[in-house]
Amino acid sequence: MSVRLILRDEALTARISGEIDHHTAREVRTEIDSAAQKVRPKKLYLDFSDVPFMDSSGIGLIMGRLRLMQMWGGSVVLKNISAPVERMIRLSGLTRLVDIERGEENETDK
Amino acid sequence: MKPINEMSVSFISVSANESFARAVVSAFVAQLDPTIDELTDLKTAVSEAVTNCIVHGYRDTLGTVYINAKIYENGKVMVRIRDKGVGIGNIEQAMEPMFTTAGGERAGLGFAVMQSFCDRVTVRSKEGKGTTVTLQKNILRRQYGIQNG
Repeated sequence: MSVRLILRDEALTARISGEIDHHTAREVRTEIDSAAQKVRPKKLYLDFSDVPFMDSSGIGLIMGRLRLMQMWGGSVVLKNISAPVERMIRLSGLTRLVDIERGEENETDK
Repeated sequence: MKPINEMSVSFISVSANESFARAVVSAFVAQLDPTIDELTDLKTAVSEAVTNCIVHGYRDTLGTVYINAKIYENGKVMVRIRDKGVGIGNIEQAMEPMFTTAGGERAGLGFAVMQSFCDRVTVRSKEGKGTTVTLQKNILRRQYGIQNG
């Protein structure tokens, strides 16, 4: 599990790599929060291109980052979520609270 | 109906074992040639159940998580995840979406996910004794029989 952070203009992008579960969510949270609190960006992009799996711990992770960003009037955008991750997000009702930016279609081969 | 295959694993309730639990159930179920979606569904449900054992069952302690999986001829898979932790006082309440006793960044969606991604979920629990969650997932059989090695 790793997080790459990119700051451009007033947007912070966190590119997360690896599976997101209760165990890995902790590290992701720490990495993102220490950067976000320093920088206070207007937008936080969470890039899920390299996230092959996420359970509901990922929902808690997103919700927590949303609460943090709202402290200074910022917003959260989810990028490049796969179909299973999107399903989880719809189940949680989070789609009302965050924006989703589509990337390329993920291919499923079965 | 008797299962045609069965496995049991147990491990210490540390969060690092959440991915191990997913992997071991996925590996076992692979013999049914599930689709990616079926596998993801089951993996996710297992992940939720195991996380509950770790976060709630054994909240401030360490204990053992027991997983037993059975495969049936018609593609039915039963995965039983058990802990000997604190148990659930009010199961109905615990299963309500967004209800959590853990605070922090727990979304309270574990049971909702399990129920959405599996065909059947049953929960048995006794306070002070532990909790058993049984997940049933029907893998659509797309080929006949199992090769005997």
